[in-house]
Amino acid sequence: MNPIANTIIQFDKVSKIFPDGTKAVDDVSFEIEEGECVTFVGPSGCGKTTTVKLLNRLVEPTHGSIYLNGEDTGKVDVIALRRGIGYVIQDVGLFPHMTVVQNISLVPRLIGWSTADREKRTDELLTLVGLEPSAFRSRYPHQLSGGQKQRIGVARGLAADPPVILMDEPFGALDPITRAQLQDEFLRLRSRLKKTILFVTHDIDEAIKLGDRIAVMRSGRIVQFAPPVKILSEPADHFVKDLVGKESGLKLMKLAKISDIMVPALAPILEGSSILEAKRLMVEKGSDILLVVNDQGTFRGAIRFEQLNQKDGGTVADLMDLGIPTVRDNGEIQAALEMMLRGERFWLPIVDEEKCLKGIVTMTQFACFFAREAQG
Amino acid sequence: MNLLTYFVKNQNLILKLTLEHIKITFIAVSISTIIGVIIGILITRYRRAATPVIGIAGIIYTIPSLALFGMLIPFIGIGMKPALIALILYSQLALIRNTYVGITHIDASIREAGKGMGMSPWQFLRMVELPVALPVIMAGIRTASVMNIGTATIAAYIGAGGLGWLIFRGIASVNAEQIIAGAVPVTLLAIGVDYVFVLLERVLTPAGLRH
Repeated sequence: MNPIANTIIQFDKVSKIFPDGTKAVDDVSFEIEEGECVTFVGPSGCGKTTTVKLLNRLVEPTHGSIYLNGEDTGKVDVIALRRGIGYVIQDVGLFPHMTVVQNISLVPRLIGWSTADREKRTDELLTLVGLEPSAFRSRYPHQLSGGQKQRIGVARGLAADPPVILMDEPFGALDPITRAQLQDEFLRLRSRLKKTILFVTHDIDEAIKLGDRIAVMRSGRIVQFAPPVKILSEPADHFVKDLVGKESGLKLMKLAKISDIMVPALAPILEGSSILEAKRLMVEKGSDILLVVNDQGTFRGAIRFEQLNQKDGGTVADLMDLGIPTVRDNGEIQAALEMMLRGERFWLPIVDEEKCLKGIVTMTQFACFFAREAQG
Repeated sequence: MNLLTYFVKNQNLILKLTLEHIKITFIAVSISTIIGVIIGILITRYRRAATPVIGIAGIIYTIPSLALFGMLIPFIGIGMKPALIALILYSQLALIRNTYVGITHIDASIREAGKGMGMSPWQFLRMVELPVALPVIMAGIRTASVMNIGTATIAAYIGAGGLGWLIFRGIASVNAEQIIAGAVPVTLLAIGVDYVFVLLERVLTPAGLRH
């Protein structure tokens, strides 16, 4: 987390006791930083939904205070407060008598945007959530699939460009394929829009995948509030451990990026270098293999020691192995491991988006990764 | 043949009485719609009042019309006034109940989304609840209108005027032509108004709800 980031949301000893005596939220305190996505996870009835609804005052706290941008939310106008917080819910709640445009541009309309601005914004948002504006603008909710409805729901939540967004199990009612797709798009959206997001889910995998930090809740209390890696590697108690499940090692692997485990490639050689030079470099580095790049640093191939004896003259480019599979530096390590096992390769070159050689992974890096995670 | 002669000879009277009938019904339905929709909206806000209010409207609805007219005469006398009050009272059940049902049947998720987005209760009523409930409210107005045309016929007995006047006069003087001259237009009026409302409901249903 960014050390200079500002606290945007603060819960200070907040409790909610319903009239029937249920303690839905029990003395909860936490802070959320600007631009952070916090997922609230736990079994049903744990208070996760109530907790986020306390922020936009759909639920009023019994005790304690909640601050948004340093202001006590209990003391500001509730309507203005809600208009400044995007709200996306599981059942979407699109207005059935309004078109997609009217649904999305409702909050902008309430706060007095001009028609032209609203239309421009709607088209922008439809494109952002992956729907073709011309095809969807004038549709009614009953003409949309579940996944499309929720995309519109997300677009509506973003409409007036609120800095904070509450999402209450937004993907909970979708089929697994649509859900995975929307989760991926959510991550893509997040990297483009710097929003502070409070995301409620009952699915620990979703919480791990989408959250910068996870608040694990039980019986109205936050049991653990930590980044996903920490939840997986150091669960606070048995409850969190059970929630995470048996496959915490595999889940951890999903979180890590190739760039977290790769090592720099040992002295790459230019493709125009002479065979002699390659031999000298191998001897110097004590290595049997060299990675070959062109003068832009683009990965080209690899050359092995035994190949060098085939010919004395010429360049490395004449002899090297081509067509070696590469892996992107921001890729998932699980996919890389899969590639190595299937292709029976012992190492993989890592490249960036310009195909420039960034490093290398071997089985050793995987072994180190798991050993490190096992130790915490 | 006699009948046709009667119609032609009395066409001005029949027209005048028909217009009077329409006027009574129209005034009664307009006033009852305003009252009924407002009460209907109010009981969606104070849910505990819903059952007793709809219950009272139901009891009023069951009072036989002649009995209700009779009860009003000592206080208000005879004529158009007690007739209108009776018609308004009778219409309340259909209007209050339909408004209440139309609004309360809106999905909880829609309600929550509206509230969470920062719509004030008044904005939510105007922009969501009333448009979505409109087809159901219109059905209530239609029921009330058709019913009022029928009850207004009986109101002629207490001097409210309208086509009932011809029927009662015809019965008193054993004049079949006169009875029919009142009965046929009032029947056509009821059927016609019902049909107009069917069309109106269709036109007023928001496009997104027509499926």
